[in-house]
Amino acid sequence: MAVRRLADEQPESFSFTPDNLAWAKRKIADYPVGRQASAVIPILWRAQEQHAGWLPEPAIRLVADMLEMPYIRVLEVATFYTMFQLKPVGTVAHVNVCGTTPCMLRGSEELIAICKKRIAAHAFELSADGRFSWEEVECAGACVNAPMVQIGSETYEDLTVDSFNALLDTFASGARPKPGPQSARRVSEPLSGATTLKAPADTSPRHESGDEHLGTEKNAGEDPATPAAKEEQAASPDSSDRSEAEASRSEPPAGGASATAEPPAESDTAPTGGQEAPPQEAKPEAASADDGANAAEATAEGDVDDGTEAPSQDVDENAGLDTAAVERADASGARPPALTPEEAGEPDDLQKISGIGRVLEKRLHQLGIYKFSQIAAWDQPHKDWVSGYLTFKGRIDRERWVEQARALLDGKQDDAS
Amino acid sequence: MLSDKDRIFTNLYGFEDWSLEAAKKRGQWSDTKTFIDKGRDFVIEQLKASGLRGRGGAGFPTGLKMSFMPKATDGRPHYLVVNADESEPGTCKDREIMRHDPQLLIEGCLISGMAMDAHHCFIYVRGEYMRERYHLEAAVQQAYDAKLIGKDNVHGWDFDIVVHHGAGAYICGEETALLESLEGKKGMPRLKPPFPANMGVYGAPTTVNNVETIAVVPEIMRRGGSWFANLGRPNNTGTKLFCISGHVEEPCTVEEEMGITFRELIEKHCGGVRGGWDNLLAVIPGGSSVPLIPHWECDDLFMDFDTLRDKKSGLGTAAVIVMDKSTDIVKAIARLAHFYKHESCGQCTPCREGTGWMWRVMERLVEGRAQMREIDALYQVTKQVEGHTICALGDAAAWPIQGLLRHFRPEIERRITAYHQGQAVAVAAE
Repeated sequence: MAVRRLADEQPESFSFTPDNLAWAKRKIADYPVGRQASAVIPILWRAQEQHAGWLPEPAIRLVADMLEMPYIRVLEVATFYTMFQLKPVGTVAHVNVCGTTPCMLRGSEELIAICKKRIAAHAFELSADGRFSWEEVECAGACVNAPMVQIGSETYEDLTVDSFNALLDTFASGARPKPGPQSARRVSEPLSGATTLKAPADTSPRHESGDEHLGTEKNAGEDPATPAAKEEQAASPDSSDRSEAEASRSEPPAGGASATAEPPAESDTAPTGGQEAPPQEAKPEAASADDGANAAEATAEGDVDDGTEAPSQDVDENAGLDTAAVERADASGARPPALTPEEAGEPDDLQKISGIGRVLEKRLHQLGIYKFSQIAAWDQPHKDWVSGYLTFKGRIDRERWVEQARALLDGKQDDAS
Repeated sequence: MLSDKDRIFTNLYGFEDWSLEAAKKRGQWSDTKTFIDKGRDFVIEQLKASGLRGRGGAGFPTGLKMSFMPKATDGRPHYLVVNADESEPGTCKDREIMRHDPQLLIEGCLISGMAMDAHHCFIYVRGEYMRERYHLEAAVQQAYDAKLIGKDNVHGWDFDIVVHHGAGAYICGEETALLESLEGKKGMPRLKPPFPANMGVYGAPTTVNNVETIAVVPEIMRRGGSWFANLGRPNNTGTKLFCISGHVEEPCTVEEEMGITFRELIEKHCGGVRGGWDNLLAVIPGGSSVPLIPHWECDDLFMDFDTLRDKKSGLGTAAVIVMDKSTDIVKAIARLAHFYKHESCGQCTPCREGTGWMWRVMERLVEGRAQMREIDALYQVTKQVEGHTICALGDAAAWPIQGLLRHFRPEIERRITAYHQGQAVAVAAE
C-alpha cells in the first residue's frame, strides 16, 4: 500500500482525441451490456498515454462519465493501480527500474544509483530539464533478464552500468534504443546459446529483435514520448534521425513469415499521433456486436451480484427498463406513477436529495421520475418498488428520500412565494 | 533431459515466427475440431489422465478444477478467465508464451472453454506486459480472421476472446482480485465461498486458469493424457517452464521435465551457480512467496510440487531464484518484505499493517540494529499474519521470512551481536 494522491496542479479539462474516443467505444463494446465499468482500466490507460504519460483529474471525471460510474469509483481505480501516474513525468522517458530481489541480486541497486545521480535525487521527481523521471517498481516480470528497466511499452534488459548509461544517453539524444536484452542474447535463452530447441523445424529467418515485426502496431501514446515529447523532438536537430529510426522499425522485416503478423492497418484509428493503431482496433465490428448480443443475456439472466451496475446502455436510448429488475421490483411493491419528460417539464435537481447521485438520478429519470413532488408523494409500496428496482434494500427509508423531497418541495414553494 | 520432441513450447525463444501461419506449421490448431466434437467429458477425462496440475502456483489438478463448473447452465453464461497477470517475483514464463507462441494459448482457451461450457473468455494480462499484449491481441485477431474462434467458427463452438489488462497490481494475480479488477474495481480479493466456479465474474460461473496451464491443453489432447503423465514423476507429471534467475552463470527460461533435480536444471541450462556448486548459498525454488531452501538441502532436490512441499517450500510458479555466497541473504528477504508491503491491497488489517511492520523489522535486522528477542517477535507476527487474511498474500509475505528465520537465524544473531559490540566499542572510545 502506498499513499497516492492527485497532483496539486491539474489541467482545466481533458478530452479524448476522436480516434481514442472511437477506440474507447469499441473497447466498451468488448464487455457485456451493463458491464461497461470493466473497461475502466484500459480507457484510463489510454487517457494516460494521450496525456503526456500521466493521468489528470479531469480525465478521471471524463472516464467516469463515459462509463457511468461514480467519480469516486474511478478515482479509487486510478489511485489503486500503481501504473497510473498521478503527477507529471519526464517528457522523454519515465524510467521504471525494477528493484525486486531477482533484479537486486543482479545489480539493480547500481541502476537506481545512476537514476539518482543522472535524473533526480528522488523517485517521481522531474529532472532539471523536465525530460526524465524515474521510479523503483516492483517485479516487472523479466527476471531471467535482470536487471531491467521499463520505459514506455518497452523493456530494456540485461543491463549493466555502462549499457544503462548508454541507454539514457540515447534517450537524451532523442533516439530510441533497441528494446530487449542489451547483451548478446536475443530473448531469454542462455547467453551462450540455447541448450534446447536447437533445431528449428521452420527455417524462417531469425529476427534481430523479436519485436521488430511489431513495429507497425506500435501504439502511439504508449509511452512518455507523448505529444509534448514529440514536439520537443521535432524541434531538436535529432528529429530527422529519430523519424528515420521509427520508419525503419516500422518496416516489415526480411522474410515472408511475419507478413501475416501485421495487423490490418487502420491509420484513422491511430490513438494519438500518426502512428498505426494497435491490433485490437482492427477487431471487426461484427464481433463486437456479437459480444453485445451475448452480453444482453448476461445481464438479463446473470445479474445476481448487485444492481448498481445495472444496464446503462438503455439510458441513452430510453428504450426501456431492465426487465429483470422490473420483475424483481414488481414482486416487492407497486410502481410509482411516472411522468413523461414532456409532462415533467424542467426536471428538479434530484441530486439535492442526499443519497441520490448522478447515476441514480439517471436511473430515476429512466423510471419517469423527475420531480421532488413525485418522490414526496411515494407511499410504502412505491418505496419498496423503487428499492427493489434499484436493488437498494431499505435505503430509501434509511436516507429519508421522501422526507427530504418534501422539505425541498417546501423550500421551493417558499422561494416561489 | 527432456528431448526436443517432447517439448510443448517449441517456439519458446521466438526463433521462429509467432504468426498463425507459422504456428500451424508447428502443428497447432490441427485436429482441434475432433476434440471439440468429442465433447466436454473427453477433454476433462484426458486432463485428469494427464495429471496436469495448475501452473500458477498452487498446483491444483486442472481436470478436477474444470469439472467443478456447473454441468447444466442455469441461464447465466459461463466464463473462462485466463490469468496472465504474471507478477510473482522471479516469474517470467507466461511472457514467453504470449509473445512467442500465442496461438497455443488461444487454442487452449477454445478447448478448455468448451470443456467448461463457456463461450466467452477474458485474458487478463498484467499492465506491464505491453509488447506481450500487442502480440496476443494481434494473434487473437488472426484467429478471428481465420474463423478459428468467434461466431460460427470452423470448430462449431462459438467462442469470443477479449484481451484485458491491468495496471500494475500484484494482487490481481489472486483469482478473485483478478475478477474484481476485471469488473472495473480495485483489485481486492473476495471472500470465498462462493467460489468462482459458482459465482465469478459478473456473478456467473467462472474458472480462472494460468496461461501455461491453458497453453499445454491442446498438446495434451493431441498426444493423449498418458503421454503427459509419462513425463515427470508420479503425481507431478508433464513438462514445466522454469525461469532461473539470480546468481547463475546464464539465467534463462527453459522447458524441462517436472521433477528434474535442481542441480541438473541449473548445470545443464544455466552454466551452474556463479563460482561453482559449492558457492551456492540458498535457492528460492518457486517465486518469492515460497520459503528459501538452504544450500545444504539442495543436493538431489527434485523440482516438483510434492518434494518441495516436503522441504517446507513449494514449486509455486517454478521461478528459481538462485543466491550465491556473496548474497546478503537478510537483505534479499527484506527486499521481498518490501515487495509485499508495497503490494498489499490494504483490505485485511493483519496484512496491511503486518507487511509494513515485518518490513521495518527486517530492515533493522539487515543492519543488526535490533534486540535478540525481536527475532522471536518477528516470527510470531508472521504466524499471526499467516492464515488470517482473505487471500494468500498474507501467507506469501510471511513465508519467506519464516524460511529465513528457520535456516539463517545464526546469521541474524551474528549481525545483532556485531552491531551491539560495535556500539559498545564506540561508546568505550568516547
